Amino acid sequence: MALNYDQALEKYEPTLGLEVHVELNTLSKMFCGCATDFGASPNTQTCPVCLGLPGSLPVVNAKAVESSIRIGLALNCSITPFSRFARKNYFYPDMPKNFQTSQYDEPICVNGYLDVTIETEEGPKVYRVDIERVHMEEDTGKSLHVGGATGRIHGAEHSLLDYNRAGIPLVEIVTRIIPGTDKYAPEVARAYVAELRDILRSLGVSDVKMEQGSLRCDANVSISPRNSGVLGTRSETKNVNSLRSVERAVRGEIIRQANRLEAGERIVQETRHFQEESGETRSGRSKETAEDYRYFPEPDLLPIVADPAWVEELRAALPEKPSIRRKKLQEAWGVPDKEMAAMVNAELLDTVEETVALGAEPTKARSWWLGEVSRLANEKSVAPTSLIQPSEIAEIISLIASGELTDKLARQVVEGVINGEGNPRMVIEKRGLKVVSDDSALMAAIEAAIASQPDTAERIRGGNIPAAGALIGAVMKATGGQADAAKVRELLLKHLGQG
Amino acid sequence: MAAISRDEVAHLARLARIEMTDAELDHLASEMDLILESVSRVQGVAGADIPPTSHAIAMQNVMRPDAVVPSLTPEESLSGAPAREEDRFKVPQILGEE
Amino acid sequence: MIHQSAAQMSADLAAGSVTAVELANAHFDRIAAVDGDVHAFLHIDREGALAQASAVDASRKAGEKVHPLAGVPLALKDVLTQKGVPTTCGSKMLEGWRPPYDSTVVTNLKKAGVVILGKTNMDEFAMGSSTENSAYGATRNPWDLSRIPGGSGGGSSAALAAFEAPLAIGTDTGGSIRQPAAVTGTVGVKPTYGAVSRYGLVAFSSSLDQAGPCARTVLDTAMLHEVIAGYDPKDSTSINAPVGKMVDAAKKLDIKGMKIGVVKELSGDGYQAGVLTRFNEALEALVSAGAEIVEVSTPSFEYALAAYYLIAPSEASSNLARFDSMRYGIRVGDDGSRSAEEVMNMTREVGFGREVKRRIILGTYALSSGYYDAYYGSAQKVRTLIKRDYEAAFAKVDVLVSPTCPTTAFKIGEKSDDPVAMYLNDVCTIPVNLAGIGSMSLPCGLAPEDGLPVGFQIMSPAMKDELMYQVGGTLEAALESSWSKPLYASAPELAVK
Repeated sequence: MALNYDQALEKYEPTLGLEVHVELNTLSKMFCGCATDFGASPNTQTCPVCLGLPGSLPVVNAKAVESSIRIGLALNCSITPFSRFARKNYFYPDMPKNFQTSQYDEPICVNGYLDVTIETEEGPKVYRVDIERVHMEEDTGKSLHVGGATGRIHGAEHSLLDYNRAGIPLVEIVTRIIPGTDKYAPEVARAYVAELRDILRSLGVSDVKMEQGSLRCDANVSISPRNSGVLGTRSETKNVNSLRSVERAVRGEIIRQANRLEAGERIVQETRHFQEESGETRSGRSKETAEDYRYFPEPDLLPIVADPAWVEELRAALPEKPSIRRKKLQEAWGVPDKEMAAMVNAELLDTVEETVALGAEPTKARSWWLGEVSRLANEKSVAPTSLIQPSEIAEIISLIASGELTDKLARQVVEGVINGEGNPRMVIEKRGLKVVSDDSALMAAIEAAIASQPDTAERIRGGNIPAAGALIGAVMKATGGQADAAKVRELLLKHLGQG
Repeated sequence: MAAISRDEVAHLARLARIEMTDAELDHLASEMDLILESVSRVQGVAGADIPPTSHAIAMQNVMRPDAVVPSLTPEESLSGAPAREEDRFKVPQILGEE
Repeated sequence: MIHQSAAQMSADLAAGSVTAVELANAHFDRIAAVDGDVHAFLHIDREGALAQASAVDASRKAGEKVHPLAGVPLALKDVLTQKGVPTTCGSKMLEGWRPPYDSTVVTNLKKAGVVILGKTNMDEFAMGSSTENSAYGATRNPWDLSRIPGGSGGGSSAALAAFEAPLAIGTDTGGSIRQPAAVTGTVGVKPTYGAVSRYGLVAFSSSLDQAGPCARTVLDTAMLHEVIAGYDPKDSTSINAPVGKMVDAAKKLDIKGMKIGVVKELSGDGYQAGVLTRFNEALEALVSAGAEIVEVSTPSFEYALAAYYLIAPSEASSNLARFDSMRYGIRVGDDGSRSAEEVMNMTREVGFGREVKRRIILGTYALSSGYYDAYYGSAQKVRTLIKRDYEAAFAKVDVLVSPTCPTTAFKIGEKSDDPVAMYLNDVCTIPVNLAGIGSMSLPCGLAPEDGLPVGFQIMSPAMKDELMYQVGGTLEAALESSWSKPLYASAPELAVK
């Protein structure tokens, strides 16, 4: 009988650490002047340096260093007074020099932290995630595996290499073991990556698109029997391409490891790959025959000695922290913690803020995005923001406020916009969704309703106001739902001498 | 006693991605022994207070501005490729994953 | 015409008594006549050279201002990239590779209008002291075809000594410019590390490699130095400072009052008697010219060779990892069923020669976990001590001198089975690379016992390369006046085919 998550947690305690790789959004690569555009034709953004041609030499991109320092500062790190690049030696065809220019024992930033808040059964709880280091390195090329099983390495007959991505600046952010997460390890992992992503976005140093790989998370997970005091063997899960996947991957790995231990098997130190479809991880390369990376200081590059005055300048110019910004927004909008958390979790805070900035009332903006739009987005498995613009939601909200649309009609407008029928005005026009506000047209419908239900009309005349519901319903039905129910009620009651 | 065993040389050859015959490994193991004996003289020469030198001419903070310069054309980039398929380098199947 | 110095050829070109095309053709004729025996060249770029020569002639004819070396031929060591021209580094690994870009040295040569005749032979990836480690066959010493021309830049030095070119480019990681110069009776200069851009120089040991000028006279090397040196933003280790006046220094012919230090540790046991005889005569010539000679001790030099044979192979093991058959170079064993890893292993087995594999394995060992501190780490500390020894010495003297090599040219095959004995050749040249300073080798006569050239090494402080040119130019003039002709003029005639 396999253990589920709760059963696994009863017996075992998880330990969590995270490594996040961020592609910086510099114009040019880390060590050469090639462009970094995503999706360019294969090998059009390559030169002797990023192809590792014999004789070529790297030169550090100053902006990448600046961005790395800013990331370190935003994560409360110390900027090291003397930092160096080192070569990490191992062979892999997507790495042109067969060493990665990285940093080893002299990274640019060390010893920081990031506080993240998650919802627990006991209410919101803050976890401090200690950052061990932030270091600079370069990305690898991309390989395409052809023949054999679909796109998989195993069974591929050959591989095709595109080095456009090789040499794009990467920053690796490594946490220490995050203590005390216990059963909330999956949520803490997700909240950390989400918070980190918000910080990186606010710094403007990266596109932070997990689905495009500009932000990648490796989750190191181990478990140990409760109160045993020993640290278990860890696995490193890669290929985690969304915030939801971060949470699922950690949860899945805890369950997998617990079940292995239950079955009397041991945990292998290895790299595992998260499978989006199943939510499980698949074994990759075993690290038992650990590569010996033979790090040594990169002789082609010189040390970086960050001028303290410059570092202070960068620190002073840091943008507002996302957590502070959230607090300010929450106060301004007057929304409760739970709703705020819902917006953050749904990754819709920026969108709601934008919608509010366009004049929408905050509660309305929140409820449209988290309600109807999110529901439709879920059906289509896409991001809500890919369906409709904040300006369109703002317009729809304002049409409701002015009485030109009812909530019901507005939902049809949203549906129309999403179906590609044009902007809200065009949808209203095409579908003829105008609220019936013409009093004479309404009066005709009201009189028809009274004629068909004379008994009900009589009861209302006699003071039974609640009975009006039946007649209002009939009028709404007759007008195809395009009438404003409040207006119908007003006219009906007046007509029956109750106004 | 030999400073380095044949098995160690075989391990190094694997790390360096060089296939070697048994005869080559034997020969190299004995040569490596002699060479290591002579180079191990560096050990203990400098005290703990002596910093290592990685660059003889000390410089620091050499960087370039973040500006795009033209890349090679794919034709130039692929000009030396032992095999290609359209604008990608064609290589034998890659085993294992990083 | 081919037996003159580059400076003389430059003057003749300027005077119009010879054209660049004539000069290039005269050298191609000479190469055709003697290179079958010498084997200095791996590739001749007749078309490119004649195009450059014609362009220079046209510019001169049009009265345009051209560089003094415009139209003068040059032999390029095959370790520097030249766009579209085969670049093999003496290795089978790069057979047929035509780089899509120019090294900065080549860019500078082209800008000055220097005519690049072709690429010269070398020990594979510059690893060696005899050019026997070339995958394309050994180069022979024009002074005695049974002997080595030095290495790794034996092709460049032999081309100069055989009058196949008046100028050449070498690269020097542990003596690969100076030792070949010494054993072929030519002049070779290793500038201060960072003076000449390494961009496009196929790396052996990044922290030690330095390209430099080679020629038959000190003045010629100085002229070439000024062409190839200078700040290059593509090389992070390039020195961002104006190039010194090397030509002026070489022409100064005055060393009165200069203090010259003789390195005590680079002499004595193990040095060929005739080498020391000629070295001491050269010291006397310097004294006669007004210099003061003092003995200087550099105790850490004793460990230089050991440190070098850890640092250079370590860096090489990483630098040469890129030769994996994926993007360029040869590919072995790709039969459609083997994996990339298997093909890499097979290609590197076949593509690299014995010495290269030896050094890759040694470097892999020195960097591996558990051994790093004992080997690579210790070697880098020794490097600090050697640097300090130089600093202490240069506090007392202007330049340091020593023989360039302990012996004259040895026989081909004599040391090829004894790597440790082979490494000992570099004992005098290696400390210079570890400290990054400049150094020159120039001929100081023929050893009485074998009639072969002896090299005299001058070492100058970092970024003061002018000093070695000043002393070298003066010494050369003094010795030539005592011999009544340049040493290279006494080289035996080669059989012409």
